Amino acid sequence: MKRLLVLGAGTAGTILVNRVQRVLPPDWEIVVVDPTEVHLYQPGLLFIPFGAHDEAADVRLRASTLRPGIRWIDAEVEVVEPNARTVRLRDGQTLAYDLLVIASGSRVRHDLVDGLLGHDEKQDVFDFYTLGGAQALRHALAKFRGGRLVVNVVEMPIKCPVAPLEFAFLADAFFTERGIRKDVEIVFATPLDGAFTRPFAAKALAHLLAEKNIEVEREFACSEIARDEKELRSYDERKIPYDLLVTIPTHSGAAFIERSGMGNELAFVPTDPRTLAAKEHANVFVIGDATDVPTSKAGSVAHFEAELLAENLVRAMYGEAPLPTFDGRANCFIETGHEKAMLIDFDYDHEPLPGWLGPIPLMRESRIAHLGKLAFRSLYWNALLPGRPLPIPRRHTGDAPTAPVF
Amino acid sequence: MPTATLAGRAVQTDNDGFLTDSNEWSEEIAQAIANEVGVTLGDTHWKVVRFAREDFRERHESPGPRRITAETGVSTKDLYALFPKGPGKLVAKIAGVPKPKSCL
Repeated sequence: MKRLLVLGAGTAGTILVNRVQRVLPPDWEIVVVDPTEVHLYQPGLLFIPFGAHDEAADVRLRASTLRPGIRWIDAEVEVVEPNARTVRLRDGQTLAYDLLVIASGSRVRHDLVDGLLGHDEKQDVFDFYTLGGAQALRHALAKFRGGRLVVNVVEMPIKCPVAPLEFAFLADAFFTERGIRKDVEIVFATPLDGAFTRPFAAKALAHLLAEKNIEVEREFACSEIARDEKELRSYDERKIPYDLLVTIPTHSGAAFIERSGMGNELAFVPTDPRTLAAKEHANVFVIGDATDVPTSKAGSVAHFEAELLAENLVRAMYGEAPLPTFDGRANCFIETGHEKAMLIDFDYDHEPLPGWLGPIPLMRESRIAHLGKLAFRSLYWNALLPGRPLPIPRRHTGDAPTAPVF
Repeated sequence: MPTATLAGRAVQTDNDGFLTDSNEWSEEIAQAIANEVGVTLGDTHWKVVRFAREDFRERHESPGPRRITAETGVSTKDLYALFPKGPGKLVAKIAGVPKPKSCL
């Protein structure tokens, strides 16, 4: 029996194995290694700090998300040995593979931000990229009566690069609805030179930030959180005082990638942006946040990648070369507050531009986009994750492609 | 595609002023770009700029600040002092390589 071994069963790994399992040749088996017993619907984290969100529906048992016939090993990976085509687990087991997929996502690295750890008693710095962080922030926001709220992206890349902006928009709506917006100053501090990574979207989002009276501090490379002085400091010696700080820490790939010497300086694996094959290792593919491909680290990207990679894996099982057809596509619902949202859609070659994606307008606020975002959770559990075909239309803009980024 | 005249030579650039063909680069052009962005090039600047060019030649990718500090031994704080505000972008611009893609 030949073995497809997949490391990680988050959004990317789960969609992938469920799709491949449907068309698996009879002499192959699928083994998935993941050390956590639950699957978390990560887009739900954004709503937790603002209350009135059904958290229980954000979590399912891992075993219920994998199709019958897929073997799941509940363990940590110690190291990948690509020359021997084996993976050693923390518990001492060694697994051989014929094809390997690294789907181990990204880690939120509180330890890489100076001043973030070891000050738990202060209760004025939070993150919302982890379940515990989002829950603690909900209590802090409920008690907040006024002052300066600072949202800071420490370093790119991060997963879901629009989430920090959405957080700022939702905070504006939250304080407005509570009647204390006039007592709250909201500052968005980013290492980028605009509100978002892509110039066209950055312009539209800058307009929304101004409209909502959210101050933007650009090219702010955070060097330290000075906890006693309650200020954020940058390498070029700027200072931003805060009363409540919401930080989005540096992200990196999994620790085993570092131990295996397979990653770049942040432990993301160098990956062919069109085929998703690992650049430096034969019979290894990479998907989702674990890659270094130049598109957003987002669930939508993981989904589009899984469609292509499922096909490429089956081709590899039959001895055929992978297809170079991944286009870097991402689409994101950006919550803008007051039950509205804005949908953006882009890929390696196309900037996010106005137009339509099915019934939903692109690049402008609408209620239907907000409803789309809310409806998405049920679609995620019942169609996307099980790997059922989910026809997402191409957008209609009639725009000419912009220059490729590589 | 815009054309710029740098150090007496016509070169192709993108809309943000990055050279589109890194082979058109020369030390004189680096000096001219540095003057434009208000950076006076010293030894450590050159060490970083040469590393960025070499790294691009080998990996076909411009290094971001984290890679530059890891590979050259220049600290993050010093890198920001040498190339103020956005060192990733500034280094690439002066070294005649594309804007780094580390910020998507």
